Amino acid sequence: MAASSGRTVGSFLWKCGNFCFNFNTVSSNLTRQVLSRQLCVSAVFHRKNLAAAGPEKFSEEFIKKQVEEFNIGKRHLANMMGEDPETFTQGDIDRSIAYLFPSGLFDNKAKPLMKHPDEVFPKQRAVQWGADGRPFHFLFYTGKQSYYSLMHDTFTKALAVEKHQDRLRGKGLFTQDAKQISLVGSRWLLKEELEELLVETISDHDYARFIQLMERLLSLPYCSAEEDFVQRYRRQLEIQSSKQQVQPLQYDQHGVAYSTGDGRRKTATGTVLLRDSGSGSISINGTNYVHYFPVLQDREQLMFPLHFMGVLGRFDMQCSVSGGGHSSQAGALRLAISRAMLSFLSEGQVETMRQAGLLTPDPRIKERKKPGQEGARRKFTWKKR
Amino acid sequence: MELETRPETFSIFRTQENDPACQSEQHLGQYYTVPPSHFHTVFPHGLPPRYQQQVKTFNEGCVMVRQPALELISHLKRADYSKPTLRYLLYGVKGSGKTMSLCHTVHYCSTQGWLVLHIPDAHLWVKNCKELLPSSYHASRFDQPIQASNWLRNFRTTNEHFLSKIKLRQRYVWTKRESTEEGRPLGELVDMGVSRVKSSSDVVGAVLKELRLQAGGTEGGFRLAVAVDGVNGLWGRTTLKKEDKSPVAPEELTLVHNLRKMINNDWCGGAVIATLSQTGSLYAPSSAYLPQELLGEEGFDSMDPFVPVPVSLYSEKEFESCYLYYLDRHWLQHSHSQTEEGKKEMIFLSNRNPSVLERLCAFL
Repeated sequence: MAASSGRTVGSFLWKCGNFCFNFNTVSSNLTRQVLSRQLCVSAVFHRKNLAAAGPEKFSEEFIKKQVEEFNIGKRHLANMMGEDPETFTQGDIDRSIAYLFPSGLFDNKAKPLMKHPDEVFPKQRAVQWGADGRPFHFLFYTGKQSYYSLMHDTFTKALAVEKHQDRLRGKGLFTQDAKQISLVGSRWLLKEELEELLVETISDHDYARFIQLMERLLSLPYCSAEEDFVQRYRRQLEIQSSKQQVQPLQYDQHGVAYSTGDGRRKTATGTVLLRDSGSGSISINGTNYVHYFPVLQDREQLMFPLHFMGVLGRFDMQCSVSGGGHSSQAGALRLAISRAMLSFLSEGQVETMRQAGLLTPDPRIKERKKPGQEGARRKFTWKKR
Repeated sequence: MELETRPETFSIFRTQENDPACQSEQHLGQYYTVPPSHFHTVFPHGLPPRYQQQVKTFNEGCVMVRQPALELISHLKRADYSKPTLRYLLYGVKGSGKTMSLCHTVHYCSTQGWLVLHIPDAHLWVKNCKELLPSSYHASRFDQPIQASNWLRNFRTTNEHFLSKIKLRQRYVWTKRESTEEGRPLGELVDMGVSRVKSSSDVVGAVLKELRLQAGGTEGGFRLAVAVDGVNGLWGRTTLKKEDKSPVAPEELTLVHNLRKMINNDWCGGAVIATLSQTGSLYAPSSAYLPQELLGEEGFDSMDPFVPVPVSLYSEKEFESCYLYYLDRHWLQHSHSQTEEGKKEMIFLSNRNPSVLERLCAFL
C-alpha cells in the first residue's frame, strides 16, 4: 500500500499571519533543512522498518520548529473561526479544517489535515554516537539497544522484587495474599506497538521473550510495587457491548409492547415491527412468510434470533423488505429482528446475542470487477499462444 | 404389496372408525385407516403423488379427519337429490389439504354406493398433450386419445359393479362399421373406449351423457358424484397449439367441453365436488387462491351458485396429531425433532402448512 500523504496545514500559516494558503510553499521554508521532504505518516500497522530508516531525516531543531509553527497556526485558526485560542482542542481543529477545506475525496487519509508534528512525523532515533564516533548507549553493538535495555530493566526490577520478598521473609512478614496488580480488561502491547515504542524492529521470538519476562515479573507476589512500569506496557480493552444502543420499549393503545428494528445486507433493507402479543405469526410485505420465502434456508434465517433466545411463539412480526435477492432479504430481516428484540432482553442476553454474531451487520458486498479480468477474480482464458 | 393388518392399539391420534359415514366432530384431528381392499379400487388415480409415496413407505393409508371434509360429508348426507345438483368448491392456500379432503369425500361416496366420477387433475387435460386429433364427431373440436383412454381405464377400476348394471339409452355410432346398440351395458362402452383409442374421447362424452341422464332416475337409480380436482383448469387458457401455432381454447377440447356440461347443474341426483388448484394451473400467479382469482370471470359464472368450503392450515390439535403420527411411524429420526423445542421449530418453519410440514419431516 502506498504511503499516504497528509498535508500539514500548520506549516503553511506563516508567523506574520499571512492568510495565503499555498500548498506548494513547502520547500521555501525548508530549503535549509532536508531537501527531499517526504511527509509520510506511518500508522502502527505500517510495516516500516523504522530502525533502517537510516540517519534521521528530521533533526531535533526541525521538529521543535514544526511544533512552534503548529501551535501558532492553531491560535490563528482559532481566531479565524472566532473561538477562544486557549481552549481550542484537536477535535475543534479537525472540524475547522474540514469546514474550511471541503474535500470531495473518499479516502480519509487523502484529505487535508492539521495535527501535532509528533503524530505526523515518524519517531526517529537521534544520532547514536558522539563526535568521536563512540556510541552513547552501552548496548549499541547488540544492534537492538532499546530492546535489550528494556529486558535488562525488567529483569532488574524482578530481582529487586525478589530481594524485597527475601527481606520480608527474613523478618517473618511474608504473606501470600499481598495486593495484586489487576490485569482485567487490559491486554499486552502488540508486537507492532512495542516496535513503535522502542523505535526499532524486533522479531517474533524477541517479542515472545519479552512477554515471558513480564509474566514472570507478574508471578511474584509482591510485584505491585512495579505496577506503573507494568501498566506502561498494557492497553485497555474496550467493552464492545456497551456500544449497542438499546431503544426503550414502546407501548401502543392496547398496552401491547412493541419495538422496531431495521437491518441491511448487501443492498437489501428490511424493517420489522415486533409485537409482544404472542402467536408467532409473521407477515412480510403483506404476505405470509411461508409464501414469501419458499426456501427453507431463508425461513431458518428468520428463525435463528428467536430460537436462540427461546422466544419462538411469543412475538408477532410485521416486516417489510425491499432490494437484493431472497438470501440477502432474509439476512437483512434477521438483523432487523435481532435489533428489534434488544429492547425486550436483559444485558446478559444482549451480550450473548452479540457474541453469537446476530448483531453484527455482514460487511460482504459484491466485489468490484477489475479491468483486464473477466470478473472480480476470474481471469480471461489463458491461451498459450 | 401386502398391507398387513395389526391389532389397532388405542392412541390419541388414531380412530377406529374407518367408515367415513360414521365419523363426526369427536373424531376431528384423528387419523383413520383406509381399508386396504378399498385402496386400489377407490383411489387408482386420485391421490397426490407425495401421499402415494407415503402410503407405500408406511404400508398403510391413513387420512386425517378434518373440518372441511366433515362439512362436505354432512352436506351430502342432508342434501335433497330430487333438486338440481349442488356444487361444492374447496379452496385454500397451496398445500392446505384440498385434494386430501376431496379424496376423503370420494371415499365416503364410494362406501355409500355412489358412482364416483373422479377426475384427478383437470389441468392434465389442458397441457402437455402430445397428440391432438381433430374430432370425428364435431369438426372444430380436438380429441385427446391418451388422456381419455387412461381416464376410462381408471374409471373402470373404480366402478366395476356399476358397469354391468347401467344400460345405455341410446345408440352410438362410432364408425361406419362400429356402433353400440341401445340397452347394452355401460361396461361394453367403456371397454370399447379403452381398446379403440381413437374414439376414446367421444366415448368419454357418451359415458358422461348417459350417467347424467340416468343419475336421478327412479328405477335402479344411483347417486352420481362428480369429483374434479383443479377445476379452474377448465376455464383458463391452455398451452396446447394447433398446427398453425394458434392457441387452443379450452372449449375446443372434447373432454373439457363434456366435463363442463357435467358441472352445469341441469341434472339431478348427485353432487359436484371440486377443488381449486394453483399448483398445476397455467398463467395464474402463485399467490392466488381465492375462487374469483383462479376461476376467472367465465368460470365463476359457470360455477355460480356453489357452496364454498374453505380449507385452512392445520390447527394446533391437528398439528399435534400429525406430529404424533409421524413419531409413531418412526418417520422423525432426528433426536432433536422428538423434543418440545424441535416441535416448536417445526411449527415455525412450516407455519402449520400440511405440505410444507410433510416436506420438512421428510429429511428429519
